[in-house]
Amino acid sequence: MNYPMKYQVEKFKEVQRRVLAGLMLIALLTPGLSQDIPPRPQPPRLVNDMAGILKEPEAAQLESMLVEFDRASSTQIAVVTIPDLGGYDISDYAFRLGEAWGVGQEGFDNGFVVLVRPKAAESRGRVFIATGYGVEEYVPDAVAKRIVETEMIPLFEQNQYFEGIKRGVDILISLTEGKFTAREYMEQTEGSGAGWGLLVFLIFFIVFILRSRKSRYRTMGGDLPFWAALFLLGSSGRSHSGHFGNFSSGSGGFGGGGGFGGFGGGSFGGGGAGGSW
Amino acid sequence: MQRRSLLTILPVVMLAPLFTGCGYNSMVTMDEQVASQWAQVENAYQRRADLIPNLVNTVKGYADFEQETLTRVIEARAQATSVNIQPDNLNPEALQQFEQAQEGLSSALSRLLVTVERYPELKANQNFLELQAQLEGTENRIAVERRRFNEVTQQYNSYIRRFPQLITAAIFGFEKKTYFEAAPGAEEVPTVEF
Repeated sequence: MNYPMKYQVEKFKEVQRRVLAGLMLIALLTPGLSQDIPPRPQPPRLVNDMAGILKEPEAAQLESMLVEFDRASSTQIAVVTIPDLGGYDISDYAFRLGEAWGVGQEGFDNGFVVLVRPKAAESRGRVFIATGYGVEEYVPDAVAKRIVETEMIPLFEQNQYFEGIKRGVDILISLTEGKFTAREYMEQTEGSGAGWGLLVFLIFFIVFILRSRKSRYRTMGGDLPFWAALFLLGSSGRSHSGHFGNFSSGSGGFGGGGGFGGFGGGSFGGGGAGGSW
Repeated sequence: MQRRSLLTILPVVMLAPLFTGCGYNSMVTMDEQVASQWAQVENAYQRRADLIPNLVNTVKGYADFEQETLTRVIEARAQATSVNIQPDNLNPEALQQFEQAQEGLSSALSRLLVTVERYPELKANQNFLELQAQLEGTENRIAVERRRFNEVTQQYNSYIRRFPQLITAAIFGFEKKTYFEAAPGAEEVPTVEF
């Protein structure tokens, strides 16, 4: 009587040990996923306040503003706040997140990621605007830097996260819509002078864009004809909501008045700039 | 004896198209992907090299700026742009040579940026600030394209080593490709905190 009982307990322990070992193995394998970039939000949302720095109505206001913009132009701006970068550089985190979530439309790569890591007790606050391949021309790195330094960080320093994010997003929208060009923005926010220097820089920048565009479209193997690329380039000064709108239907879920339809599969190539406070 | 060898060869011959069918085309596609990603990597580096003349001109305007630091950057740029690798020539030695040249430019650039710290006027120059933002942007692009290059290379490498593709790979001479390695200090992007 005693013996079989003991045997059973032994066996039970053995099973328990195995299950535990199995669980541990799973636990060992999954951190690679969970510690990495957070998964795409379900249901899809453009404002993801994982650091909890926005009030409910503020987040809702931002969300509806961004959904509206996405619907009108198919350009997607994802606002993400996180408490911890998990060891990544903020720029690297923003690119990976944009790529993993697919912010922007596939083939047009017209997405932005505005990533904020709020200031904590012993670490600096960080912010980064990542620009998709397709919007680098509207918001060159130097402009992204300017937006971060002059619009967002001064407000963040006063703990006005919502106001800072909204300011930044407003300017991104205006630049992309062509309400004013990157150049006009730079001149507006500039104190004085450096006129010719700016011109040289702009010419330089256009040359870069043309150069990188060329080789990019070549390597994409006819995904988009070269004339179309040129057309997209040439249209930077005008409002282009018309022809971008055509492509948004692909991602679905655009019923009247509804929420965000989902991310489109845009890609990020390392454009953008950030800062810290 | 004769008949037995025929019996072993025949199935192999009959199966050959099956093997090529299931792996060859994918290998060609992946091979091309690696090649085009390599072009993207070189493109990102080229972008950085293109920024330098403008950077040098801006800095040169400050009469007392250390000439030596500038010359170093110019030389390193010339060195870096002279090393180009054709994608079908991506062997470890060539890649290392490329890395070395680019790293030379990286360190010359970071030295320049450190030196600039001593010139508050230059540091506040609008033109310089913009160039700096662009420079950071190109470093980011380089990092992204390098990572993608490693990703497609990894896809290709693991594909050709899996069964049964490894047979096709051996027959048609698809070889393992080299990765970018994060050399100690190579990932140190010249960033300047404000």
